[in-house]
Amino acid sequence: MIPATLSYRRASSVDEALGMLAEHGEDAKLLAGGHSLLPLMKLRLAAPEVVVDIGRIEELRYVRTEGDVVAIGAMTRHHDLHTDGVAGREVPLVAHVAGEVGDPQVRHRGTIGGSLAHGDPAADLPAAVLACDATLVARGPDGAREIPAAEFFAGLFTTALGPDEILTEIRVPRAADRGWGFEKFTRRRFDWSIVGVAVLGGSPTQPAVGLVNMGEAPIRATAVERALAAGATPAEAAEHAAEGTSPPDEPHASAGYRRHLATVLTARALERAAGGSPAGL
Amino acid sequence: MSMMGTRVVRTEDHKLITVGGSYVDDLREPDLDGAVHAMFVRSPVAHARVTAIDSREAARAPGVVAVLTAADLDLDPPGGDHAEPWLAGDAVRYVGQPVALVLTERRYQLADAAELVDVDYDPLPAVIDLDDALAGTTLLFPGTDSNVAKTHGKPFDESAFDGCEVVVTRRIVNQRVAPAPLEVRGAACAWGADGRLTMWLSTQNPQLARDAIAGGLGLDPTAMRLIAPDVGGGFGAKIGADPDPVVLGWAARHVGRPVRWSETRSENLTAMTHGRGQQQTITIGGSRDGTVRAFGLDVVQDGGAYPRLGTTLLPGMTTLMATGTYRIPRVEAYSRSVLTTTTPTAAYRGAGRPEATAAIERAMDLFATEIGMDPAEVRRRNLIGPDEFPYQTPTGATYDTGEYAAALDRVLAAADYDGLRAEQTRRRAAGDPVVLGLGLASYVEITAGDAGGESGRMTVEPDGSVTAWTGSSPHGQGHATSFAMVLADQLGIPMERITVRHGDTDEVAKAVGTFGSRSLQLGGSAMRQAGDEVIEKARQLAAEAVEASVDDIELNTDDGAWQVRGAPSGAISWAQLAARAGDGALSADVWYSDAKPTFPFGAHLAVVEVDTGTGKVVLRRLIAVDDAGPVVNPLAFEGQRHGGLAQGAAQALLEEMTYDADGNPTTGTLADYEFISATELPDFELLDMATPTTLNPLGVKGIGEAATIGSTPAVQNAVVDALSHLGVRHVDMPAGPQRVWQAISDANRRV
Amino acid sequence: MRVTIEVNGRRTEEEVEDRTLLVHHLRDTLGLTATNIGCDTTSCGACTVLVDGESVKSCTVLAAQADGAAVTTVEGLAEGETLHPVQQAFQDHHGLQCGFCTPGMIMAAVSLLEANPRPTREDVRTGLEGNLCRCTGYHNIVDAVVAASGQEVPR
Repeated sequence: MIPATLSYRRASSVDEALGMLAEHGEDAKLLAGGHSLLPLMKLRLAAPEVVVDIGRIEELRYVRTEGDVVAIGAMTRHHDLHTDGVAGREVPLVAHVAGEVGDPQVRHRGTIGGSLAHGDPAADLPAAVLACDATLVARGPDGAREIPAAEFFAGLFTTALGPDEILTEIRVPRAADRGWGFEKFTRRRFDWSIVGVAVLGGSPTQPAVGLVNMGEAPIRATAVERALAAGATPAEAAEHAAEGTSPPDEPHASAGYRRHLATVLTARALERAAGGSPAGL
Repeated sequence: MSMMGTRVVRTEDHKLITVGGSYVDDLREPDLDGAVHAMFVRSPVAHARVTAIDSREAARAPGVVAVLTAADLDLDPPGGDHAEPWLAGDAVRYVGQPVALVLTERRYQLADAAELVDVDYDPLPAVIDLDDALAGTTLLFPGTDSNVAKTHGKPFDESAFDGCEVVVTRRIVNQRVAPAPLEVRGAACAWGADGRLTMWLSTQNPQLARDAIAGGLGLDPTAMRLIAPDVGGGFGAKIGADPDPVVLGWAARHVGRPVRWSETRSENLTAMTHGRGQQQTITIGGSRDGTVRAFGLDVVQDGGAYPRLGTTLLPGMTTLMATGTYRIPRVEAYSRSVLTTTTPTAAYRGAGRPEATAAIERAMDLFATEIGMDPAEVRRRNLIGPDEFPYQTPTGATYDTGEYAAALDRVLAAADYDGLRAEQTRRRAAGDPVVLGLGLASYVEITAGDAGGESGRMTVEPDGSVTAWTGSSPHGQGHATSFAMVLADQLGIPMERITVRHGDTDEVAKAVGTFGSRSLQLGGSAMRQAGDEVIEKARQLAAEAVEASVDDIELNTDDGAWQVRGAPSGAISWAQLAARAGDGALSADVWYSDAKPTFPFGAHLAVVEVDTGTGKVVLRRLIAVDDAGPVVNPLAFEGQRHGGLAQGAAQALLEEMTYDADGNPTTGTLADYEFISATELPDFELLDMATPTTLNPLGVKGIGEAATIGSTPAVQNAVVDALSHLGVRHVDMPAGPQRVWQAISDANRRV
Repeated sequence: MRVTIEVNGRRTEEEVEDRTLLVHHLRDTLGLTATNIGCDTTSCGACTVLVDGESVKSCTVLAAQADGAAVTTVEGLAEGETLHPVQQAFQDHHGLQCGFCTPGMIMAAVSLLEANPRPTREDVRTGLEGNLCRCTGYHNIVDAVVAASGQEVPR
């Protein structure tokens, strides 16, 4: 299949992209790597009249430390993030998860900003940045604003971004000294997660647990985190992983099965974050 | 020295790895200049009356040349109780059924126009569940009194199990799968000034396709030329021709321009035929000493919306092969093909035989578990012995040759079966959450089961090179290499000097083609026969040339030269002989008619790990004997086995075409359909065994499908075996994680 | 729009519809038909080409996005009559049957070896997870890629 007729605009700077968005309003859609949007457009599930290509904006491709955070430009590609030395050292959970997205070709094109802004609950990176308590920076006509990850993911394919805004940066607290675990459960390796669990462990706070595909948006397993804070063992705490979730109910993976997986995978991710070696395939 | 049995790299490959194949959509033939592009508008609903089609807006879309519907077609409709229309007129019966054809100037205009065709559907009840279909509450075809379109075998005789000490019965599913060749369906066609239609079609059988399409168009077959260019896989789903190219041929005539068509993958997954789709009730009876005395197989075959091979033919292969490799005195096999509002079913690698093997091999495991005997031992006690051939089965097959126990033993030894069993026990005792499962399958299958003939033609050119034409048109198997090896071996002409051509009905008018693992047995034997005829002609000519008696003349295949017996000096080369004989004199054009089915066999062992926490299965090892007699080219032979093993494992673990209750496909894109990838498969462990048949001059049996047939139940049995200590007795395919986890949960609840 | 792409070392400049996918641009505009289309969901990898040296699925890239880039298809791999080591290994190890996935598979393998010159068999499987093959069962493809890396293939 092929996309419906569209008008292609390429922005070379954030300002230029904002101008294009302002010009075309609701008719326009931002195109980063294109690996979330173009597949929908090819199946005619999306048909923007104008696509604004922001994938080449060089000022949005970087990974650098800024004080206590690692700042990741939104147009940083998964492959580049996964293989970045700074990211691997300072925010290893995010760097690792970037290497778990799709397949190598997808990672060569797809960007962290595109993945987060798409708001797909089955995507892995949103749960990871959520577990990391990252801050997302958006720029709009009125300037930049910071959005905590916890407030960014609003629902199914919905985020806190306004139609006239661009996600420009992801600020992830440095966590070189913290354990982490990521469990991605799929049938085939490159599939979207049936369920995923991202854990950022240890000090200075209690472990943070982000869940993939356990609701209309990535969510934190707050019941698990509370149980851990109250002194539960990882295995005990993991039993709470499905509390408050509303996972999709599909033939190959029912909601009940996903709830079960969430507990098993959370236990494993917690164990991994604590330095253990979980059983499983 | 003979090159038979040596690893010869394929002559086909150079083009494929440098500039790519010439698949239908790649063709740039001058005859196709000015072609319009075609796309079918397909039903988005499973079952409905079509009350109106409004194509006016679509017709006004940019680049539209025509929008054609059943009302425009002036072709004779197919006949019969369950006639499948060229384009749906009054009713649609599956999602994906063609309703209209859109023709545009450029490819990119197709989808834009197709989505503007406005079809009114008045919904009718979907019929998805096979029990519902059998009940016939909703009949797919007015004027019929049942959805059962065909039966095979005899209705079940329960008395077969009288006197059995142990009887186990189980209802199991051999699920519907998508063949999914990587090249989707495609065609291109052009009418010549002479009134002949030339069509390029991605097909396994150019001649059968020509006959079917010409028939649909009301043409004499000679008024049509059909060319199969490079074909990107078929796996049974490109046998002959679907109705779609008939509409394309008609449309090209209607608009007076060439037409090109290439479906999308999402179209392909619902509009190309599916494979398998059986609900089976298996019953096995015997005594506690491990002797099996009776086996029953009661099949409900999902035919889909219109009877194709899946309805009419394949269940007959299932009932025929129900006995498997075992000496079982009583075998009852019966199948009812029932129509449902789903994509029609037809051949997919194995085509009826994997379903038989899966049934008997699951039954053997159920029986073994019931009597508490190791599944390998139960099999060994019941295998047909090497001295019992030819073996007449209770279901009417005559197995030619086999070494079933040797195959099993070889696999068990190579795998260290006892060691694996010990490891399984150790893990269970230790409470390891990752458990080990061992799955066996002993199989026999039938190849060239159609017992039709095949054509072979060859000529020695004046320069001593050979051009050969086979009716067996390949789609990845490497016939051009293997058949050249056969001729090279026979004629002593280097294979670099042998060109094997195929796929053009103007070059080979009569042929059957490639399916049912028939090519080497029949197409190869036809080549051999043509070679024999040419050799005899050459012998005469050589005798005249060297002025010796015909009886004293021999072909020295080391040198590719004719000589007086034992006297290489004064030999005459093929080139000299061909030049002397004159144009075309050293030729033969044969029809190999002595075609008999053969029965390849083997044994497979699968080793899986199951994560009992999640239900995830990982296939760790697959060890296989696939005995198809002598091997021409081990490289190609192993390639066929690898592909077969993968597709069997895919069915066992991953792949299934599913529908919701309303008949909407839920695995209708390649993002949803779990096509197996490299990361779900282990390296394969192949063991060699070669038991020749006496039924063709090459001694060969077919290998195209064999490994699929063995690996499917081997992997499935391994999954069940892994969980047997929990009380799990069966897990339907595909053994996806949710299903496996459910089986574990259910077993835990029972305990 | 006007799209300028260096394809297999040759500069091309063509006017295309904005929505043109790179794979159709290669096949239909430029006539490079080796790169195939096997799906419509970015799943199969048959359309894999290199864009600026990295493997991408050209069915999920607009030609416009590749404007100014260098694209390599399988047609650009051999040096005259000398096959690229990956091409040679695919032939030697029977890493292809019908050939339809092959151009994309080869390009994915080239990219894989660029990133990981001495991959294990497991690395090869993982590295080729974005490319589907229906014929080979992948075994010989893994052999081929391992061989192309200069490592020995067990037999």
